[in-house]
This record gives sequence, structure tokens and C-alpha cells, in this order.
Amino acid sequence: MKKWLLVIDVEKCENCNNCFLSCKDEHVDNDWPGYAAPQPGQGPSWIAILGKERGQYPLIDVAYLPRPCLHCYNAPCIGAAKDSAVARRPDGIVLIDPVKAKGQKQIVSACPYGAIRWNELLALPQKCTLCAHLLDNGWTKTRCVQACPTGALSLRRVEEKDLQGIIAGEQLEVYEPDRMTSPGVYYRHLKRFTCCFLGGSVATKLDDGREECAVGARVTLIGATGAVVAESTTNAFGDFKFDHLEENSGRYTLRIVYANRPPKIVAVELRTSLHSGVHFV
Amino acid sequence: MKTLVKILAKSAALANILLFVVLYGVKIAFTAAAARDAAFKKRLAEKNLTVQFRLKDRTRGRYYFLRDGKLLSRGGIHPDPDVTIIFGSAMVALDLLVPPRDQLATINAMKNFQLGMEGPEELTSWWMETLSMMQNSGMEYGTEVSPGLRRYTSNTNGGAVFVYVKDGKILRITPIDFDEKDAPPWTIYARGKSFTPPRRTTVSPHTLVFKSMIYSPDRILYPLKRVDFDQNGNRNCQNRGISGYVRISWGEALDIVAGEIKRVKRDHGPGAIMNGSGSHHLWGNLGYWLSARLRFFNHIGWTSVAHNPDSWEGWYWGAMHHWGQSMHLGAPESYGTVEDCLKECEMVVFWSSDPEATSGVYAAFEGTVRRQWLNELGIPLVHIDPFYNHTAALLGGKWLAPRPATSNALALAIAYVWIQEELYDKDYVAKRTHGFEPWRDYLLGKEDGIPKTPEWQEKETGIPAREARALARQWGTKKTYLAAGGLSGFGGACRSATGNEWARAMVCLMAMQGLGKPGVNMGGMQQGTPIDTGFYFPGYAEGGLSGDIAKTALGVSLYNRMPQIPTVNTVYQQVPRLQIPEAILEGRTSGYPTDPKTIEGQFFRFDYPAPGYSPVRMYYKYGGSHIGTMAETNRYVKAYQSENLEFVVNQSIWFEGETKFADIILPACTSFERWDISEFANCGGYIQHSFNQCNHRVAIMQHKCIEPLGESRSDFQIFLELAKRLGFSAMFSEGVTEIDWCRRLFDATDLPKVISWKKFLKKGYYVVPAPTVPLRDPVSFRAFAEDRLKDTPEIAPLPADYTEQVFRGLQTQSGKIEFVCSSLQRYDPDDPERPVMTKYFPSWEGPHTADLYGKYPLQLITPHPRYSFHTMGDGKHSWVNEIGDHRILVNGYRYWIVRINSNDAAARHINNHDLVRVFNGRGAVICAAQVTERVPPGTVHSYESAATYDPIGEPGASPDRGGCMNILTPSRPMIKKSHSFAANSCLVEIEKWEGQ
Repeated sequence: MKKWLLVIDVEKCENCNNCFLSCKDEHVDNDWPGYAAPQPGQGPSWIAILGKERGQYPLIDVAYLPRPCLHCYNAPCIGAAKDSAVARRPDGIVLIDPVKAKGQKQIVSACPYGAIRWNELLALPQKCTLCAHLLDNGWTKTRCVQACPTGALSLRRVEEKDLQGIIAGEQLEVYEPDRMTSPGVYYRHLKRFTCCFLGGSVATKLDDGREECAVGARVTLIGATGAVVAESTTNAFGDFKFDHLEENSGRYTLRIVYANRPPKIVAVELRTSLHSGVHFV
Repeated sequence: MKTLVKILAKSAALANILLFVVLYGVKIAFTAAAARDAAFKKRLAEKNLTVQFRLKDRTRGRYYFLRDGKLLSRGGIHPDPDVTIIFGSAMVALDLLVPPRDQLATINAMKNFQLGMEGPEELTSWWMETLSMMQNSGMEYGTEVSPGLRRYTSNTNGGAVFVYVKDGKILRITPIDFDEKDAPPWTIYARGKSFTPPRRTTVSPHTLVFKSMIYSPDRILYPLKRVDFDQNGNRNCQNRGISGYVRISWGEALDIVAGEIKRVKRDHGPGAIMNGSGSHHLWGNLGYWLSARLRFFNHIGWTSVAHNPDSWEGWYWGAMHHWGQSMHLGAPESYGTVEDCLKECEMVVFWSSDPEATSGVYAAFEGTVRRQWLNELGIPLVHIDPFYNHTAALLGGKWLAPRPATSNALALAIAYVWIQEELYDKDYVAKRTHGFEPWRDYLLGKEDGIPKTPEWQEKETGIPAREARALARQWGTKKTYLAAGGLSGFGGACRSATGNEWARAMVCLMAMQGLGKPGVNMGGMQQGTPIDTGFYFPGYAEGGLSGDIAKTALGVSLYNRMPQIPTVNTVYQQVPRLQIPEAILEGRTSGYPTDPKTIEGQFFRFDYPAPGYSPVRMYYKYGGSHIGTMAETNRYVKAYQSENLEFVVNQSIWFEGETKFADIILPACTSFERWDISEFANCGGYIQHSFNQCNHRVAIMQHKCIEPLGESRSDFQIFLELAKRLGFSAMFSEGVTEIDWCRRLFDATDLPKVISWKKFLKKGYYVVPAPTVPLRDPVSFRAFAEDRLKDTPEIAPLPADYTEQVFRGLQTQSGKIEFVCSSLQRYDPDDPERPVMTKYFPSWEGPHTADLYGKYPLQLITPHPRYSFHTMGDGKHSWVNEIGDHRILVNGYRYWIVRINSNDAAARHINNHDLVRVFNGRGAVICAAQVTERVPPGTVHSYESAATYDPIGEPGASPDRGGCMNILTPSRPMIKKSHSFAANSCLVEIEKWEGQ
């Protein structure tokens, strides 16, 4: 059986919100019997875009993580629903039955990601349907995938047996794997969102007092145990950046070597992404 | 058949016989149309009337009786017809009546008084529309997707779309995915890779929300009259913006507006009626503000609101003097640059450039995929912007954040390093530029004793000297593209007190690096795709059906191709848009024109009131609100409440912004509820070939997808109804309807060569095939760099503006890029605000203005918004308001956002999403704070152009919680000798707002 595979590339998301808006366009005021009742015009949306700013001025970056329903294999909402009001189809799409689910507010709290929203007016739990009403009628893309300008969202049909190969080959990950729900929606470059960086600038002072960016300085990141974690070379502006570090991962030492200057040692405590400042060598 | 008729009609006798046959044929055609088209049959039952067709000399004629839906006819002259159509001769009648319809022949006959019409305007107009309906009867448009579900097409400021309609209601609006029959895309091969854009149109957020705006509760569905307005008694002008409204009929509304037009002209003489539009209307060539609106107002005579070159300010008033480019408002042309950049360029500098926010302009996310290719090729990127903008966030690269309105100091320091370290193209500077030495001496400090070193600029910009030096070295050793502005030109730093000098410096830097050489050019992949510029389809600035050859680009191509009756505004008086309040409140102001024809066009100061004209007494406002988009906008509120304005009418789709300051409100419908025809991102005129921002040229039939909501009407219809009351309906409509105008425009393009009207009307779009590789346009400025004749496809500059030979060199007097501007030397060499070569001045509102800076220590920048477009998409219960980075919901109200650095926020005890009062001496706006690292300390960021104006107390004198940040921006022009806007030089203070 072929499964729908939605892949979200965090590195390509620029928070344009076209996914969020096209979802509203498709579902607000539109009733899709058997799939979903209308989404409220104002209020709970079926796709959240989480944002994360990392670092401090002037060394920062920004990442966005669109988070629809993750269409989990072990979807807790299915267990929480009475009367089989939530079901996972053979093609992987998890649907809330808009008739059977009426009044079942407990389905909302069953989702650990907050992807199920309560429609106050209809007394109905609602969520992303992966536009199943369209896919079942010949569409090859959901509305959000169609409207995405950057390729951050992509959808394809894959044979279940090929899935593990695709995950490994494309370095796909799931969001918050510790929750053990086995999401059917996968992410790329999730570390842009979940990890932190340690960056800084290296500079030198000339005899006449002028400052210069130290280009090509070797920067070594050393962990608390003394082991080398990573190495890098400063760019044309003397900047360096070690990414994919764990938040609150403790003490590190930066060892900076530039030309024939004596090495500079900088100790840092990493809680979250950090611009460690300008280091003169 | 027509040719045969023309030959036979050379004999007078035969002509008379033919005329008899043809006049009888009119009846047959009516009967046949009524038989096949129920709507037409219904139309015929609307009125009973007698219509006479006759020759001018009354020798021949036939009249038609319409009685209870049936048409009968009889030969001869009726003694008392309701409507009479008069032909100069049998020959003229045959020419006009025998199909196919020949619009040029019709117009020529009208101009020569060989075609006339008599009767009450209501009936003559009805008859002409009925004839038009007959010709269009049975017309099929749109595609049936499934039973009851039709897919139409439309076009917007943010991209072309499919519109799915069921039971007369819009179901969904999507981008257009091309089908297998549409033209294939282009491919660029560069550095061992191939790059092909996806076969689809992209859309902007403000386009995806149209359904929420069309069905918005803020739609005006009926004509409205202010409750305490009495055109025959007390007008209560002081209550504008305060009093409520009562519903009135269309008849009453139109009678009042037409009556006031007549009264104001009678009481005050010409010039007393002013009309102004918003910055943008809904997309289209016919229903646009440069089209139907001009045709109407030119017929009544009006004081026009002169637009500043808004968004292009520094390019128009500054950069133009260095390199011409007047037809591009001083910004550069951009042909062939996408391919050149991919193949040759080694670094791209985005300087005050955020195309991911502004879409260039009109071009949705068309450029995004191309910028992603820069990443794929590993081309280093630099972003210079006080805000860590969305382009930087998506693509990465080095971010340099100068203090607002200072970054021309960085530009001078870069040039200084290039001179010191000999990192510039000396050969190019010697051969292709003029006046380098005096500017070099200024940089080196020989003129004022201050060398413009990286250390010097650090004090102004806050950018470390070492980083300025590093950037200069990278730029001086790598082939570099400079993306200056969100388009090439446009927005950001060019709209500040130093905007002129910044844009001028951008040109000078590129001149030092050999502008036009492979890999050295302007642009950030936003413009310059290899599409077919040789396929003619007009943009909106070509004036559509305006007939206005003087004030639009109609005369260039479209007027010849779509013959129409020309229209002329006989009123010479103008009001500069940024000084509307002074014109009304003080009765006196002046301005400088936005005239892209030639460099010198901008020097012609005009005064208000103009000699012999009445001051403005009536204001007919149309389109989006100035309160969100102009400068220091509490002024506009006060102007509305002045008794100097005897009458205000607002023709608007939504009840928003300044609509509530009108005496009469006329409800217009959206472009989804009327006919139009257009092309994706083609504005024509001032951004010639602007569709080269798109990956594909897509011509669009803007179907009338649904009926107008409530009693709303298209702008064309509203103007037509007024025209009937003012005696010029035939000249306004030329006797045809909106769909006929679409057909006429279609016929004027190159579309009929490749697709029939019938097919185009049905499918709704046509993708213009990309040219083959040898036929791609050459790269802009390449011929100039190589001293060859200009080879890019535009008649710009105009032939007279070349010095040595047409197409040789640039528009400047020397024909070269001028470091010392000969146009400024001729005009005003001693202007301290705009010297003949670019220099650094501190902003007249900024850290150097000590008193003000002491009180208001934060520098506010307000660039073009990301999710909305001018006032489109914001407010009016649009879904855009729910985007967390557009407005923030606090206590049930969606507040506009101000972005503040964490240090500045902490110092003011402001937390993320707290309500804050942003204020200065000009007013106050209540915003929600977004605490961020995306602006440096001392700089705060918000967007301009809120659609909502919602003062919490007295309008014009209390804080606005609608988000009109332009209440805070200075109304002082960048320089005195300009009509310009310096929004990004604005000092404010921010405090936590505890009020209600």
C-alpha cells in the first residue's frame, strides 16, 4: 500500500505563511463531509508555524518549523476517541470523523503536539486532514504544498517498504521523537530548530591601532572532557560558527589560532545559541 | 464579407441597397441571440422603446420597436423615437454595422461627427449595452471541473490565480499549476548545473486571503450617507470621522454626487474638484486607477493629486543624475541579469534589499527559487540592513546592520578602501565614467579635511571599521552583484533623509567596479529572467481605457493598438500627494513632478493653487487609505474635518482607513466581481518589462467569477452611472461594456496571433513561450561597458536624450556614468542638500539632532510590509491579520507589531507581546512589542501601510491602535527641491502602554 509522505524542510521555510493561509482558504466556510467540517474563520488554525531566533545581535539566525498534524502511526488521538471517531487510513492519513467526534473534547488534549484544535462553535475537535478530500479526487498536492514557494513542504506517495530507505537517504527525522508517537510527517534540517550554535568573531589590532578581521583563523571547539568537538576556519569577516550543539550542554573551550600569534583560549558556558563576542588575537 | 461590402458600397445605389439589407439584419441578429441566450432574452424584456437608425440627411432609415421583449422593425423615419443612431452616410453605416466590429472606424466616425446618438443617456446607454450583449451572447468562459464546480482565472497584486466557484460563491483560490499544453520553461546552464523554474505561478500571502476579503464583514454593500450631512443644509464637516452612516439608494447617492460635481463647478469654477487614488488598486488593465478613473475625471476636469515617486525616492531624486535611467525612475534596467549572475558572479550584496518581503513588486515568490540557486552554487551573500530581514533569514550570509539612514557613509568608506588599496576598475573609470577625480579627492579628505575611512564611517553607522574593510576587500576582488533595494531600486534606505545620497553612492560604487561587465551588475535575482520581452501585452501604467495620452504611457504602444477616444484633463492644477493637508488647511503648497520622460522633468516646480484655478472644495477619494501610507498622517485626518472641503465622496470596497471621513460612500466591488484582463506583474511604463521578475509570462483573463456582492458595482459602472447624469456616457464607455473592453485589449496584444479569443476566454490564461537561447535579451549595461550601441529592448532613454548618437551611451550629458552630475550642475550647483557629487550628511532627523534624539532616542524604520501590500490584505478581517508576524492578538484586539532589541526592551521593562505606545511629537500608535535580536539596540522596526485607522479618542489627536505607523513619520521632504518621503528617518520613544 502506498503512503502519503509529507516532508518539511526547516532550512527552506521562510515563514511566508502561505501554508497557513491556503489551509484557511480550503477549509474556512467549506464543508467536506466525511473529511472535515468548516474551520472557524478566526481562531484555531490547523498548521502552526513555530519560530526560533538563535544567537544575539549581530550573529544570529532564524528558523521556522511548520507543524501540521503529524499523522502518527501510534496516534494517541485514536486511542482517546470514542466510537472510532479517529482513524488512520491505509494510506497513512489520520482523520477525525466530523460526525462521530462531536463533543469529544478529550481528543484535543490527547495530542502531545497541540495539533488538534477545538472548534467552539461546532463542539468539534479538528485538525489537518492532509487535504484528503482533494487527494482522494485526483489532486497530487495538498493546498499547503501547492502554495509553498520555497519547496519547504513536499508531498509524494511512496511504497511503505521504501520508506526506511528514503528516511536514511534523505536524512529525515521526526519531530520530538521522545513522544513515541511515530509521526508519519518527516522533517529535514530539524537541528536548525532543535539545536543551538556557538559563534563569534576573531580580530586583530595592527600597530597603527587599526582593527582587522582575522581571516582564516583556526578555531577549535573543545568539550568539557577535553575532547575536540569540532574545528572551523574563520571566514572573510573573521566569523566562525559551530552548529548542531545541544542546548545546556555545559562548558566548552574555544582555542583560536591565527597566523603566528599565540593561541587564544576562551571558556564559554553554553545554555542556548551564543555569540561569544569578538576575540582579539 | 466586409471587404466585399466596402467594394460594392463605392456605388451609392448599391450602398443604399446594402444598407437596407444590413439594417434588416440587425433585427434578425437580435431575434437569433434572444433564441439562444436566455439572459439576453430577459434583457430585451427590461424596456419598451423605439430606436431609430438613420442617415444624417434623413434620406434612409429603419426603426426598431422593442415591445415586451419582442423586437419588430420598420423601414423609414419615425416621428418620435426614444433613441436615434445617426450615420453620416450609407458607407459609414455599412462600415460600422457589418461584422467584424471595427473600433477604429467607430472612433473615427465619432470624432468626425459621422456617428451620433440622440436620446436620454439612460436609454442610449441601455441600447448600446444591449447591442454589446447581443454580440457576446452565448459566450463561454471558465472550465468545468466537476458538475456545478467551475474554475475561473484572475490576477492580483500578488500573482495570478485559479478561482473555483460553486453555486455563485468562491470556494477556493489557488496558484496556477500549468498543464501539459502550456509552454515549457527556460533552462540556464551555469557552473556545471542546470536551473529550471517550476511550471506554475507563485502567489503572495495577500493574494491567498482574497476569499476572506471578498466576503469580509467590512465590505460596503450599499451606498451610505453620513447621518449629519445635508448637501442642502448643514454639512457638519467637523464631524467627519466621528458620525455614523445611513443606507441610501444608488439613485440618491449618484444624484448627490453628480449634483455636487455640478454645484462645485458652478460655484467655484474649474479646479475645485480633487481626486486621488490609493497607491494601488486591485489588479487589472481596465478597472485600474490609471484607466477607468482617468477616463471619468478627465471628462469632468479635476485637480489631480500628483504622486511622489514613492518607493523609488532616492533613485528618482538622486541616482538618476548619475546615470539617467529616468524611464525606470532612476533605478537600473535589468535584462539578462539572472543568467549573468548565475554564470559569472562571485558575490551578491543585498543592500537594503528584502525581496522575500516585498516580492520585488507584484511578483509573488517568483524570485525565491532563483535566490535559492545562489545558495546551491555556494555564492557568498552579504546583507546590509538595519533589520535582519527575511531574505537574510532564508539565504544566510553576513549581516551588517548600519544605523538607519547612515549606510551611505559605509558606501563612501568602501570606495575609500578601494582607492587606497587600488581595488577598483581604473580602466572602466577612465573610459566609461565622468568626474571621478573630484569625488576621489572628497573621499580622501582633500575637500573637507575628513578622509572617509572605515574608522570614520564606524562613528556614523556603528559597523566596525574592520568589517567595512573586509567587505570592501571582498567586493573589490570578487565579481559582485549589488541588489540595492527590494527590486533594483525600490524601498528601504532610499526613503530616508539621506535616501538620495545612498542611492547615488550605490551607482558610484558600481561605476568603480565596472558596471555591466560579466558578473558585475545590479540585482538580487529578482529581475532579468530570460523570458520573451518581444511579445506585446500592456501593463497597467499604459493606461488601459483611460484615453489619457498625457498622464499615462498609453501613447507609447497601446493607443495605436487599442484605438480609443482620447481624453484630456483641462485643469492644470495639481496637489502634491504628500501635501494634500496643507493644500486644504492652508490653501497653499508646492511640489515637484514625477515625470519619468527625462532627467530634467523633476525640476519643474508647481504651485498650488495654480494661476486662475479655484482651491479644492470637493474631494473624490478612490481606493486605499493615505493615513497608513503617507507621512505624518494625523495631518490628513485634520484636513478631512476642515470646512474648506465642502464635500467628500469615497468610492471604496471596504469600510476602512479614511473611508469613514466621507460624506457619501459609493460601494465598489472587487476585481473578482467584474471583468478585466492583465498580465502577471506587468505594470509597464515606469518599470518597463517588469514581468521579467516572473519565471513565466502569464497573460490572464480576469473572469467575472461571481456577481458583485450586495449592491456594490464595478468602478467602471459607478463612473458610467455618473457619466449618464453629466452627459458623457457615450464618450465614457464608447458604447461598449467591460467585457468588450477586455476583448478590445486582447485584440491589441500579440495574443490573437497565438490563441483565439474564444479559447483564451475559456481557459483564462496563456503562458508566453520563453525565447530560444540565441534570442534571449542581452545583459543590461554590457553594451555600455563595451562602448557599443545599446542593445537591450527598450526605447529608454528617449532618442533626444542621447548626446553623441542614438543608442550610444547613457542619458547623462556626457553619455557616461557621472560622479559629478552635469544635470545638477546645470540646475542648482550650490544646493547644499543635493550637491553635484554624492557626499555624506547626517540625517536631519537622527542621532545628530540632539534635542530630538534626547527626547526620542529610538530610530524607527518602516519598510514595505511583508504579508500585506499597501492597504491590501491588512485589516478588513483578512486572514493575514492572524499571521503571528503581522499582527498580535492581545485582549481580543489584533495590534500592529513593533520590533525592539532585547536590550532596549529590558531598559523599558517591556516584555514580548506587551502593548506599547510608540510616540513622538507627531502622534502615537499603540502596538504590540516583538522583542528580538533582529534589530540592533537603538533601532526599532515596524511596517508601514496599515489599512485600519482606529484612534482611541479624538481622530487626529489621539493614539491610533489600528497600526498607522506613518502617523509618526516626518512630512519633511528628503530635500526641499523634491516631492519625497523620508519615512525611514524617524525618531520615536517607546513605553509600556497600560491604557485602555
